[in-house]
Amino acid sequence: MRHIRAVNRKAQRIEQLMTANGDVYAMYQGPQGGAQGPRFPMGCSLVFSPGWEVDSSGGTAGLCQPVERDLYDCYITCFWPAQVPDHLNNYPDWTKKCGAAAKDWRNIDLVFP
Amino acid sequence: MTELQLAEMKRFSAAGKEFAFLIPSSSVIGLDDLTGALLDGFKDGPRSPSAVLESLMPRFSHDDLVEGLSELHQIGAVTAPERAVTIPPYRDTDVAPLSTLVLNVTNKCNLSCKYCYEYGEDKLSSPAATRFMDEATACESVEFLLKRGANLPRLTLTFFGGETLLNFKVVKTTVEYARRRAREAGKPIDFSLTTNATLLTEEIIQFLTENHVGVTISIDGPKELQDRFRTFSNGAGSYDQILPRIRSLLKNHRSRPVGARVTLTSQVMDVIRIFDHLTDDIGFYEVGFAPVTTSANTLYSIGNSGFDSMLDQFTKLGQRYLEKAIKGEYLGFSNMTDQLQEIHTGVTKTYACGAGLGLLGVSPAGDIALCHRFVDSPDHKLGNIRTGIDEDRRIEFNKRTHLSTKAECHTCWVRGMCSGGCYHEAQVRYGDIGHANLHYCDWIRGWIDVCLHTYAEIAENNPSFFDRFDERRGELK
Repeated sequence: MRHIRAVNRKAQRIEQLMTANGDVYAMYQGPQGGAQGPRFPMGCSLVFSPGWEVDSSGGTAGLCQPVERDLYDCYITCFWPAQVPDHLNNYPDWTKKCGAAAKDWRNIDLVFP
Repeated sequence: MTELQLAEMKRFSAAGKEFAFLIPSSSVIGLDDLTGALLDGFKDGPRSPSAVLESLMPRFSHDDLVEGLSELHQIGAVTAPERAVTIPPYRDTDVAPLSTLVLNVTNKCNLSCKYCYEYGEDKLSSPAATRFMDEATACESVEFLLKRGANLPRLTLTFFGGETLLNFKVVKTTVEYARRRAREAGKPIDFSLTTNATLLTEEIIQFLTENHVGVTISIDGPKELQDRFRTFSNGAGSYDQILPRIRSLLKNHRSRPVGARVTLTSQVMDVIRIFDHLTDDIGFYEVGFAPVTTSANTLYSIGNSGFDSMLDQFTKLGQRYLEKAIKGEYLGFSNMTDQLQEIHTGVTKTYACGAGLGLLGVSPAGDIALCHRFVDSPDHKLGNIRTGIDEDRRIEFNKRTHLSTKAECHTCWVRGMCSGGCYHEAQVRYGDIGHANLHYCDWIRGWIDVCLHTYAEIAENNPSFFDRFDERRGELK
């Protein structure tokens, strides 16, 4: 890390778990070749983010996050092989009308480049 | 657009630099101007990262900001709102490996300290038929420890009382037995013992030295402070009796450092004077202080102003600790060492201590208790050394003492290190082992804050000081 110093042993251990070159652009591109250990934790690689999965009864009602939440996982927080608009350059306001994903996901519209 | 927010943290400055203590992980991180500004950008609640980056673009380059934000995110300082860490839920532990077994080899004592939790008005124990542990029970306890701690690299056997040395005969045979069994099992066992020092003899000292037994002496300081509470049953003070014995112990017992353990009360609160007497005048390697365990209404109970005075004096002693640490020297103020060790490691405890998990107490009759302080308390019995642990009961105790049940702690920044405090103290004060020790919250937060600053100062000025912490082991209070 260039900006943060891991001072105590716990912070040093977390730093070791992180990859050295995890800038946000790399985060969206996913793992690049070879084994790199755990990558960007913003999304699904380090934190279990239920969505596409089903709950214990085979449905989606019991998931701890709504399935619609996956739109965000595709959109910003991690690499996911789904086609959504990019929020960095062209469509920063794509989800503006979507305050709560479970309720407002229908407001998210198609985009036409 | 997805927003990010600050993780729970405490920011502070030390040695002219900025730091953050991340509460969920107990990480200590150093910040530069850029990461400090980024954190400021999120201080009013969740915001979109791009908005924060834009607001800082005049001061920093875009690439640097992105890199800094990424680092903050990876270390856990900023997080998506829905992933803000909460309190870890309780989970059953199947069989907690046992690392330390405390044998209360007797529940009798030759002193009548006025504040004693074992005999005073706050006692939990009921009169026990068995006053002295016999050799068979002690040896079975050793077997119990070896079996239950089979997966651990080292085990500790601690002798406690009552006054431990009233039953030195059993201490001696147990150490010899445990050493032989430890050799056979290929498992190192460390020994420690707590005593009031009144019964130390040359023979005992020689035994303790030869067997590398770690010794902690309960002592309250100079004569007039020691004799205030630590008296014989006729009211006579014990200082004159113990001083020559302690001097002899310190002179001869060189195989393990000898520590002193002081009980602070509203009347005995002169921390710095006590410390100087015990280290400089008598020669103890380390001194640890603990406020007396008592219900709120005893005369010696420490009130709010007492805790303020204690914090003030601890802070001054901490300053001396820091000055020495920067020079690579050691001040034997074990309260600070213990806390720095926890900060250094970055502990995030969901249990305040190992009682009922890695540590258990055994009564003279062989009954198993949560810890040595609960021995002979009928309500806190967990089984017997011969018949084993009642696992359902242990799980019930674990559940009741888990951080997730202590709602008052859930917003506290020191919860990962305090976790609600001593169960015995809670039982005495609130009648419930699972109650948070709310009467000293301010003191604990104040003290850990002092230690956090001290930690950062040492980390900046002499980081190699912390190398010694790998070697260190805790002792009982």
